[in-house]
This record gives sequence, structure tokens and C-alpha cells, in this order.
Amino acid sequence: MLKLDSDILKTIASISDIPEGAYNIRKNGSALGRHSTENIEIIPKKDKPGIDIIIKPNTKGESVHIPVILTETGLNDLVYNDFYIGENADVEIVAGCGIHNDGCQTSQHDGIHTFHIEKGAKIKYIEKHYGEGSGSGERILNPQTIVNLGENAFAEMEMVQIKGVDSTKRDTEAFLDKGAKLVITERLMTHSKQYAESNVDITMNGDGSSAQIVSRSVGKDESVQIFHPRVIGNSACRAHVQCDSIIMGNSKISSIPEIDANNGDAQLVHEAAIGKINSDQLLKLMTFGISEEEAEEIIVQGFLK
Amino acid sequence: MLELKNIEFKVQSSKGELEIIDKVNLKLESGKFYVITGPNGGGKSTLAKLIMGIEKPTGGQIIFNGEDITDKPINERAKLGIGYAFQAPARFKGLTVRKLLSLASGREFPADECSAYLTKVGLCSADYLNREVDSSLSGGEVKRIEIASLMARELKLAIYDEPEAGIDLWSFAKLVESFKAISKGTHESVLIISHQERIMQLADEIVIIANGKIQKQGAKDEIFPELLKQLGEENSCAFRKESE
Repeated sequence: MLKLDSDILKTIASISDIPEGAYNIRKNGSALGRHSTENIEIIPKKDKPGIDIIIKPNTKGESVHIPVILTETGLNDLVYNDFYIGENADVEIVAGCGIHNDGCQTSQHDGIHTFHIEKGAKIKYIEKHYGEGSGSGERILNPQTIVNLGENAFAEMEMVQIKGVDSTKRDTEAFLDKGAKLVITERLMTHSKQYAESNVDITMNGDGSSAQIVSRSVGKDESVQIFHPRVIGNSACRAHVQCDSIIMGNSKISSIPEIDANNGDAQLVHEAAIGKINSDQLLKLMTFGISEEEAEEIIVQGFLK
Repeated sequence: MLELKNIEFKVQSSKGELEIIDKVNLKLESGKFYVITGPNGGGKSTLAKLIMGIEKPTGGQIIFNGEDITDKPINERAKLGIGYAFQAPARFKGLTVRKLLSLASGREFPADECSAYLTKVGLCSADYLNREVDSSLSGGEVKRIEIASLMARELKLAIYDEPEAGIDLWSFAKLVESFKAISKGTHESVLIISHQERIMQLADEIVIIANGKIQKQGAKDEIFPELLKQLGEENSCAFRKESE
């Protein structure tokens, strides 16, 4: 494997070579490698770009890695990935996309991920987005994620945009059945003139369902961020939405949490805060002998961890 | 070791200029344990912050081990060996107790050493190591972590600003024990702002500050009985300005 590829894989999927278990590594629009296991089958789609990932019921403790690398400038990669997670399975799915753009044309990857999580199944989904390269070409990532959670299913989703992504529009939708639980943790850092927009719509259809969205972001330089998490409570459900942002430089951040209750037993809470780094935190770290700039970096890194 | 020469700190308020610290002269010697006490609003915390560099004096000079540090920023004073535990400590989202103690001591702190410092302040469970120093901790817990983060540092002068504030009686007894031991440990000199008799009892010298001035400074055995007597008498408001 090329060093560039393995470096990017390390950043976005915490692997530097071919991972264990099932995987599909996509590079510049085609498969760099693919492997199915007894319980996890990865099948390329026939009608459009993308793959079906089929996880057998009761599969426990296995993982799937499906990272994407873009190193060609001017490439516009669109992919449809569908996940079918069988009843009572418990698996980890590591996605993520890294763009290395040394050219002057825009490189773009739009991943459309649909999850069908059956009754009692559990997933942990980790998605990291990252951009690098010396070119003037933009690096764009527009992921769409649709999550269908069956009865008592559980999904923990960690979505992180580390740095270097010039423009992103994330759309996440989830539908929860009886007793289903969803935890979304979003971490986002923008700098220079980057733009990031994140819309999350969670529809709570089943009694006893619960959802939690924790979004933390840091906006630096001239970057712009817009968050719009929304929870729709159609049942006796519970949800908590929390958006927390640190604003630095001349960045602009909008946080618009929304909660809609259509059922008298829905309990929905939202909170949102935007502010600069607390001066007490800076002072405290400076009393340890740390410079103001280093202290800022420590606070930001801790906040986004 | 530390000398404050004619230190002044004035602020502008709606009532005009306010003198928070009024030409204070103070000498602290190496190897001694000092307690600063006096009424609320008298200027104790401000004086500590002036020494740490968190506030800048509007007049006077601060000399530390022969060096004029009046214009030095906080982090440079820290490197010279001055440390300060805040009265109301900051909280950090995402920073664990262990990370904070590591940042304080300037090196990766081993878990057992970390736990030893936390035990000194009455936080005995190892669970604290990986807890975040955020709003999930109580005020008393954050306060004790703040104290531990100063105890963990090798310092020439360690300043604790009302370490007893917000701490329950059980932990307080433990804290007093730890302060007793600390004067022989990581700190050369200790300056504690306190109203607690048991902490004052640990002092070599007591400094009384009121209305921005040093009212008295001297050996504990000399100041302490007098202080108790004053507080017991009718004129326990003697420190206060008449207008208050």
C-alpha cells in the first residue's frame, strides 16, 4: 500500500494497512480491496456505485471497515452504501473519508449511507472526515446518513470532521421504533474560510425510544458553521439535544436546536451554547507555565476529544 | 525570596477610583509557611493574583529571588516557581483529572502518583483519574482537584486561595494534614489565604490584610492570640470601613 494511502487510513479509520475482519477500501472511485467474512458479506451494487453490507443475525464482536480515499484532483465521487444489520447482532462499523488534493480542481465525495438495524441489534459507527494537500482545489464532503432503528435496537454514532474539509453539508435522518436508542456524538472543527452545515432529524415513533445528540464544535479564522438538530417526538419518548461551540477568530456559528412534541408523553430537552474560550481556563493553564497559544490548543483539543 | 514594594492596585468604578491594594510592602522568606487572613473584600485574593501575575499592579514593584517580575506574564512567573490555586477553579470539558495533573506537573503523571495526590485532598477513589473536570463534578470535588494540581508541582512559592471554601468537614481534616506535610514536601514556601483557625495554626507567620492594607504581620504565636481576642470582643467589626 502507498504511504500516502496508509497515512490517510490511519487518520480516518485508525488502521494503517488491511484491517482484520470485513472491509471495503475505496480509492478514487473504485475498490482498492474488499473482504467478506462468514457473518459479514459485502456485495457491490449492480445498479449504482456502492455496496451492500449484510450482517447476519446474532453476529457479535465483529467489525467492518469501509474507508474512502480520494487522491485525484477533480474527482467527484458519489457512493451508496446500505447496511443491513440482522437481529441481535452487535458490531462496530468504521467509515471515514480522507481527501488528499494537490491539484487545483475540486475533489468531492458524497456518501449516502442507509442503515437498517433490526430488532435488538447494536452498532457502533465511527466516521471521520479529513482533508489535506497543497493544491488550491477544494475538498468537499457531503454525507447523507439515514438510520432505521427497529424495536430495542441501539446505535451509537460518532461523526468527526477533523480538519482540512473546505465545505461540508451533512444530513442525518433517523427513525426510532419502540424501545430503540440512538446516541449521536458530533465533533467538528473548521478553520480558514471553511463552511460546515449539519442537519439532523430524529423521528421518535416508538414508545420508550430515546435519543441523545451531543454536538461540539470549534470555529476558527473566517469559517462558518450551521447546526440544525431536530427531534420529533411522536410517542412516549425521551430526547436530549446539546450543541456546544467555541468561537474563535472571525468565525460565525449558528446553532438552531429544535424539538417538536406530537405526543403528550414526549420529554424533549435542548440546550445550545456558543462562546469563546473561558478566560479562567486560559489563566489556569498559564499558571502551569503554559503559553496562551498552547493553552488555547489544549482547551480546543480536550473539548473536541 | 519575594518582596512587594509599594504595591498599588486601583480600579475605576462608578464611584470613582477605588484603591483595592494601597501601597503594600511585604517580604516573604524562603522556607516559611504564611497565612493571610482578614475580612472579605479586604484585598487578600487581589494581592495573591498580583503575585501570580493574573492582575497587574498600578504601582510598585514585585521582586522574586532578586529579579524584578512586575511586568512578567503569568506563565513566566510559573516557570520561575510560583503557583496559584484559584478560589473558584475553572472547569474543563474534555480534560480528565489525570491530564490536568499532568499539565500541572509538566510531565505525564503515572496513575499511582496521581491517586496519591488525590488522596491527599480526600478524593480517594481511583475513578477520579479518568473523570473529566467538567460540570459533572461537584464544587467541592473541583476545588480539591485544584488544590491537588498545585500540590503536585515543585514550587518555590505556592499560593492557595481559601482552600477550605466549599469543602466538607471530613475532607477538611484531611486537607489540614496534607498542608502540614506539604511544607516539608514539594513547596519551598507556602502562602495560604484562609479564615480557618486550624490552617492558621500551621503558619510560621500570619499577615492580616484589611482595607487594602497590611494591618499586622508577625509570628503566629504573637498574632493569633490577639486575633482571637479581637474576634471575641465587641469590636469584631474593627476591620471594616465605617461606611459599610
